[in-house]
Amino acid sequence: MNQFISLTFEGVANGAIYAALGLSLVIIYQATRVVNFAQPALALIAVYVAYTVTQATGSYWLGFASAMLGGTLLGMLTERLLVRPVQGKSQLNAIILTLGLLLALQGVAGMIWGNLQHSFPPPMSFRDLAAVPISPEEIFSLAAVAVVAVALFLLYRLTPLGLRMRAAAFRPESARLSGVRVGLMLTTGWGIASAIGALAGMLAVPPLLSPTVLDAVFVYGIAAAVLGGLDNPFGALAGGMVMGVGLSYVSGYVGSELTTLAALVILIVVLSLRPAGLFSRSTVRKV
Amino acid sequence: MSDTPILQIENLSTYYGAVQALRSVDLTVRAGEICAVLGANGAGKTTLLRTVSGLQPAAPGSRVRVDGVDITRHPAESMVRHGLAHVPEGGGVIVELTVEENLRLGGLWRADRRDRAKALDEVYELFPPLVERRDRPAGTLSGGERQMVAIGRALMARPRVLLLDEPSLGLAPLVTRQIMQLLHDLRDRTGLTVVLVEQNAASALSITDHGFVLSQGAVVARGSSAELLADDRMRHAYLGF
Amino acid sequence: MASSLRRDDPPKADAAATAARRPATPRGRSLPVLVRHLIAAALALAAIAALTFLVGPLEHLRIAKVGYLMLAIAGLQLLVGYSGQISLGHGAFMFVGAYTTALTVLHAPMVPLAAIMVIAVVIGCLAGILVGAATARLHGPYLAGATLALAVGLPALALYFSDLLGGSNGLLFSLRGAPPELSGLVTDNQWKALVIWLTVLVALVVLATLGRGRLGRRMRAIRDDESAAAMAGIPVGRTKVTAFVISAGCGSLAGACEAYLLGTATPSSFSLALSLSLLAALVLGGLGSLWGALWGALALVYLEMAGKELADLLGLSSSVADNLPLVFFGVLLIVIVMAWPMGIQGALRSLGGLLRRR
Repeated sequence: MNQFISLTFEGVANGAIYAALGLSLVIIYQATRVVNFAQPALALIAVYVAYTVTQATGSYWLGFASAMLGGTLLGMLTERLLVRPVQGKSQLNAIILTLGLLLALQGVAGMIWGNLQHSFPPPMSFRDLAAVPISPEEIFSLAAVAVVAVALFLLYRLTPLGLRMRAAAFRPESARLSGVRVGLMLTTGWGIASAIGALAGMLAVPPLLSPTVLDAVFVYGIAAAVLGGLDNPFGALAGGMVMGVGLSYVSGYVGSELTTLAALVILIVVLSLRPAGLFSRSTVRKV
Repeated sequence: MSDTPILQIENLSTYYGAVQALRSVDLTVRAGEICAVLGANGAGKTTLLRTVSGLQPAAPGSRVRVDGVDITRHPAESMVRHGLAHVPEGGGVIVELTVEENLRLGGLWRADRRDRAKALDEVYELFPPLVERRDRPAGTLSGGERQMVAIGRALMARPRVLLLDEPSLGLAPLVTRQIMQLLHDLRDRTGLTVVLVEQNAASALSITDHGFVLSQGAVVARGSSAELLADDRMRHAYLGF
Repeated sequence: MASSLRRDDPPKADAAATAARRPATPRGRSLPVLVRHLIAAALALAAIAALTFLVGPLEHLRIAKVGYLMLAIAGLQLLVGYSGQISLGHGAFMFVGAYTTALTVLHAPMVPLAAIMVIAVVIGCLAGILVGAATARLHGPYLAGATLALAVGLPALALYFSDLLGGSNGLLFSLRGAPPELSGLVTDNQWKALVIWLTVLVALVVLATLGRGRLGRRMRAIRDDESAAAMAGIPVGRTKVTAFVISAGCGSLAGACEAYLLGTATPSSFSLALSLSLLAALVLGGLGSLWGALWGALALVYLEMAGKELADLLGLSSSVADNLPLVFFGVLLIVIVMAWPMGIQGALRSLGGLLRRR
């Protein structure tokens, strides 16, 4: 029973990370109809920036802040310079573009910081809270993602900026006719999404940092986004939780090597029943 | 209705790839007029509105002016600042947003929050059915109600020129008449200029002051609505009745 | 560039005119498609054989690698280029083929090579049926996500069943190289390269012939507009699964060739990077034509080599040197998509069109 509880908490904390990554993918997909395969690489660079800043200043939180900033900037640059010119053309081209960016950025990370692993301690030192089977790290992950999710919800629903961003994502032409600078909204959306991706990276990386450390997490993040329905941010959160908890049980009870295969099975099962994801709002295609 | 031109279109051309969709269109609309743009399917009526509002790029040599200000080739996002609002074919209502969100979107570009709130109240006065549906997703509304949202959103920008692309499409005649009456009242009260694209030429000419007939991207006839209605040959050739 | 081509006579007019002049069905004057492909394959094999005698032993390995990568990419072409199904998991099928080969050699050493290849194809096709059926209703990014999980998840099986599949070290085995009668004439690697290319060419003939025929037409119809194809009576689900099956068979065969060449099968050589590289090479080479697979395979092998040599030349540190091919490839992909979306084959075709019009 104890194992079940601690596995559940671990699953929920991991789920928060996958949810964050899935959320960043959904925000971008909603706005520009592109699955940003470069997201783990953008997050990776942001985390490396944090590492460098922390090494230089000794402060984790300064590093954290620079990761958020760096992630935002990278996302905005990517949209403006690379994605905008090829938008609207084939979906495969957009996928290849982001794949190219993924490979290039991973390579650049290896070039600048080396292929070896660096130690990357989490914000709170590991102190067993004897009463509860959950670590401070896990609480931090959950809290951080929850705060972000709520902030995003408030931004989208209550602020004029959020309204503009949603309009630009749902129906860019109507938004333009209402005076919304759609291009700027898309760039902002990518910036916010990449910041969230950078957060997911900061939560996922400890204890070791290397160019390929985010690969597995990314697969689960994509799975979370796809599972929930690529056009629904809530879906990404739910999908992340399903992935996190499900994979935690598989890892604990069956074997950690099978987690990715389990992710595949969960994905196939859900998508067979609902090919557009659990919470997708997609409409039937008009013929 | 004054004599000052508020929308001046000179030598307007545009291309879809290699195909020329508008050929040197010249047309002037005076302040306070309600004018019709007519023609068969594919004549270029929708393209005309889209090129004026910047959704479609105008070819070099074209000139569009709103109240004397040159807006040629300006981005579509800047049109509301110049006093030009465009309700596209089908309305362009964002179905994922609520009615109120759609309306508020139209006024967002203005900085004064009280002004925006006032404009919203005015739109609800114009379209009472929208009040009780304000928090419903726009996708759940009927066709007529959605058209009200579309026009309401455009009016939120307090435009001086309103471009309407086939507002009666898919609507019952009664609803169409109500909307047209509303536009008339607005013009009388505020001096709003309306450019109306319509497939149904007869009903359009019955409510407008002035008309232009397009064929294959060029203007082939222009005049007061009475003149156009009286010109049998032109009606048979280009308007189908 | 492409847009300026359109302002003049549209290229479509040329092609239509040419097609009108050439009869659509062979009328005895031209050979049936299959025979033409077989002759082309035979000529290609002869040319490659000649090539292997002219170059050194290092090149033999690379020639072999180009061969099986071309096969893998050609299989992916069927899936992505012909039937429009985006797959990020092709490496998983190569994994299947490699491990099938390894296991067969280790547990049933008397089975001849040709039979091993056939077994690899069959097992690959079975995997293709499973995956294809599971993903038939998925599109675009959803399909990409599912195949991504496949690419990462399947090789992990080797780690779970580490007794049978050798864990992270993989499986080591040895396959006979050149037959002893020819050992003076050809080296082992040279022989293996030729065997691989023979296999690859046979498979390519099959692919090319299928692509020209009814299956190819059906796949392209589905790629262009699935609902329209369904309404025209094409069995969409079955065709998509068939595409997956053939693609998986090719991938598996390619993996078997690689295992045959190297004598090992390890999970790390079937990483996500492999699947992504295959897809990227496909786009680089050009979608929609089997020639694209050749350019893509050449790019994969020789760009990596060029990257390493450049790094050596410039005396770069190991971390920079190791990552240079990766950055190279990534940047190249970005450039291709932005400037040249039709890939190398598309560029060649435009060039050919330009020259023909002179």
